Amino acid sequence: MKHVITLLVENQPGVLARVVGLISGRGYNIESLNVAPTQDARISRMTMTVPGDDRVLEQVMKQLNKLVDVIKVADLTKRRYLDRELVLVEVAAPPDKRLEVITLAHLFGAAVVAVQEKSLTVQIVADQEQISEFLELLKSFRILDLARSGIIALVRTEARSSTD
Amino acid sequence: MRTGADIVIEGLKKAGVKVIFGLPGGAVLDLFAKLYQAPFEFILARHEQGATHMADGYARATGKVGCCVVTSGPGATNTVTGLATANMDGIPLVCITGQVPSSMIGNDAFQEADTVGITRAVTKHNYLVRNVDDLPRIMAEAFYIASTGKPGPVLVDIPKDIQRATSDMPIPDEVNIPGYKPATAGHPKQIAKLAEAINRSKKPLLYAGGGVISANAAAELTALARKARIPVTTTLMGLGAFPETDPLALRMLGMHGSVAANNAVNTCDLLIAVGARFDDRVTGKVSEFAKHALKAHIDIDPSAIDKSVRVDIPVVGDAKAILSELIKLVEPIEREEWLAQVAKWQKEFPFTYNRKSKELLPQFVIEQIYELTKGEAIITTEVGQHQMWAAHFYKYTRPRTFLSSGGLGTMGYGLPAAIGAQIGLRDQIVVDIAGDGSIQMNFQEMVVAVEHDLPIRVIVLNNGHLGMVRQWQEMFYGKQYAASVLQQSGRGRVERIKSRRPENYLPDFVKLAEAHGARGFRVTTKEEAVPTLRKAFDIPGPTLVECMVKPDENVYPMVPPGASLLEMVHSLA
Repeated sequence: MKHVITLLVENQPGVLARVVGLISGRGYNIESLNVAPTQDARISRMTMTVPGDDRVLEQVMKQLNKLVDVIKVADLTKRRYLDRELVLVEVAAPPDKRLEVITLAHLFGAAVVAVQEKSLTVQIVADQEQISEFLELLKSFRILDLARSGIIALVRTEARSSTD
Repeated sequence: MRTGADIVIEGLKKAGVKVIFGLPGGAVLDLFAKLYQAPFEFILARHEQGATHMADGYARATGKVGCCVVTSGPGATNTVTGLATANMDGIPLVCITGQVPSSMIGNDAFQEADTVGITRAVTKHNYLVRNVDDLPRIMAEAFYIASTGKPGPVLVDIPKDIQRATSDMPIPDEVNIPGYKPATAGHPKQIAKLAEAINRSKKPLLYAGGGVISANAAAELTALARKARIPVTTTLMGLGAFPETDPLALRMLGMHGSVAANNAVNTCDLLIAVGARFDDRVTGKVSEFAKHALKAHIDIDPSAIDKSVRVDIPVVGDAKAILSELIKLVEPIEREEWLAQVAKWQKEFPFTYNRKSKELLPQFVIEQIYELTKGEAIITTEVGQHQMWAAHFYKYTRPRTFLSSGGLGTMGYGLPAAIGAQIGLRDQIVVDIAGDGSIQMNFQEMVVAVEHDLPIRVIVLNNGHLGMVRQWQEMFYGKQYAASVLQQSGRGRVERIKSRRPENYLPDFVKLAEAHGARGFRVTTKEEAVPTLRKAFDIPGPTLVECMVKPDENVYPMVPPGASLLEMVHSLA
C-alpha cells in the first residue's frame, strides 16, 4: 500500500540528503517527493509517497523521527487529509484536434497554459484520482512531455484537532 | 574576538573534556595550534581509526564522552570504521574533523572528502560548520546529542577558514533542538502493566543489553532481579550489567550463548528486555524466539521497539528511571520451581572445554587470566573466536569491564580500546584478549601504549587462522578453508602461493611487540602459561603474550545462523 508521509524539518542544507539517505539506505523506494519552506522560513515541509506495508512504514517513521533535523513526522494515510499535485503536460494537438483537447481540459478544471504550433501545454491541479483519469484520457492525443510536482498534502484541521 | 579554533577549545573545556585522541594534518592545524596551549591530555594515535577506537574505549570504560580530532580527507575517512563501531553500540563520541576552506569545498581540493556525506549513515548526527557564529551552538549540541538519549557518535566538520574566522557568540548553557527531545521517564501506566506482568509470571526472564550499562542502571537491574527473583541473561554488550557470579546469572544468550540462557528464553513465560535490541545474533530464528513468552521491552530508543520482534509491553525511556520504579512495584516472590529448573541447566551445561587436553587451549589461557586478575580486570577484545571465549571463560561482575565491538564486529578494536580505557582509568588492570588475525589490524597503536607507559596486557591467542571464519567453513562450507589460514603451512589453494618461509607463523608477535618498544613473551605449552602470564602482568609497561594455541579449536555451544535457539550444537564430535 502507498503511504503519504509529511515531515516538518529544519530548513538547512543536508537535511534532504539525510531523510532520503535514511529511506534509500534501508531499501525503501520514494515514489514522489516535494520539499518547500513553510510559513516559518526556518522550517520546511516534505511530503512523500512511499510504498510499503504498515509494519515497514512504522519502522521508517520511527527512524525518521530519530533524525535530529526532523521535527515532526506523520503518516497521513490513516487520517483525513487533502492532497494535490500539479501536472504540466504537453499534448500533441494539431489545429484540428485543439478544440477536443481544450474541451477535455475544461471538463477537468485544467488550464491551457501554452499553445504551440502542433501541441498544447495543459496544467492540472487535482488529487491523484482525477489526475490519473485525466492523463488516461489524454493518452489518445499522444502525450509529448510530462512533469509532475509530486503530492503535497495537509491534514484537515478538524481531523488534526481530534488526533493530536 | 576569538577564532573558531578558540571556540572549539572553549566548547571542549565546557563539555568537561580531559583527554583528546587524534592525529594532525593540514586542514586542522589552526585547531592544533590552539591545542598546543590547551589544558587537555593529547594522545597521538598512529592511525585515525586507532584514535576513534581509543576514544570509544575511553568512553565505554569511564562513561564520559570520548573525543577525537583529525584532519580532512583521509583523516576523516579513516574514522569511518571507528564511528560505525560506536554508532552500532551506542557509544558517546565527539569527532572533530578539519575540512578544506569553505571556498574550495566541492572543487576536489587536496585532502578533500565529503565528510558529512560519508559519515551520515555511521553517526548519530553530524555537522558541517558553514558560519563561525554557529560553531558555539554546534559545540554544545554535539556533546548534548552524543551523550543523551541512546548515546552515539557526533561528527563536527570545520573548514579551515572557519577555524580562523572570529565570533563573539557565546557557547550556550542550554541546548534546544526542536527535533531532538529524547524520552526520559517511562510511562507510569506501562511500568505498572509490566510490574503486574512480573508479579503474575511464574517463569520470568530478564534479558539485559548494553543499554543497561549506558544508562548506568546495573545496580537497579541487579536489585530488581534479586528482589523479584528473576534470572538474568545478558547480551555480549550487556556483560557486566549483572554479576555473573550471582546464582541468578544465566550468562550470555544467543548464537554462542549458554544452554541455560537459551533454554530459559525458550521456556520463560515473560521475557523482559532491558536496553537490548533483539539483534539477530541474539534471537536466531525470530519467529521461534521466546515463542511462549509475553514480551516486554524497556528501551530509550522508540525505533528499537517492534523492530524485529513484536513486543506486548513496550516501555520507552531511561532504563535507570524505569527499573527504579519497577523495583518499588514488584513483589518478592520465591519462584522455587523455575529457579530450580534454571539452576539444573546451569549445573548440567556450563561453558566448558576439554580441560584434560595436554595441548594449550585458548579457553584455558582465558581462565588463567581470570584467576590471575581475580576477575577484576577490564577486558577488551578484538572480534572472532577469542571474543566469544573471553565472554565465556571470564566472569564479569561490574559494568564497563567488557569492552568489545558487538554490533559492527570490528576486528582491530581491542588494542586501541585498551589504550583508551587505560588512559581513562590508570589504576585498573586492562587486558586485550586478541586473536592473531584481528591484532594485526591496528597493531601500530602499540607505540602509543609504550610512549605513555600504559601497563596494558595484550594476549594474542595465536591459532594461525582467522578462527571464526575457519569454524564456519568447517561447519557450513564443507571444510573448504578458503583464505582463512594464516599459518604458512596449509596456505595456498585460494591464494596460489607456496610459502618457502622457514617460520610457520608470521609475523613473530614477540619481535613485533619489541620492535614497538613493548615487552613480548611466548607461551607454547600449557605448563608455561601461568608463570609467563604472571611475569607479563608484573611488568610496569605494556606487555604482549603470544600464546600458540590449538589451531582448530571451535566455539561451542553454537546456534547455526538462522536456526532457532533450540537447535544448539554442542560439539562436532
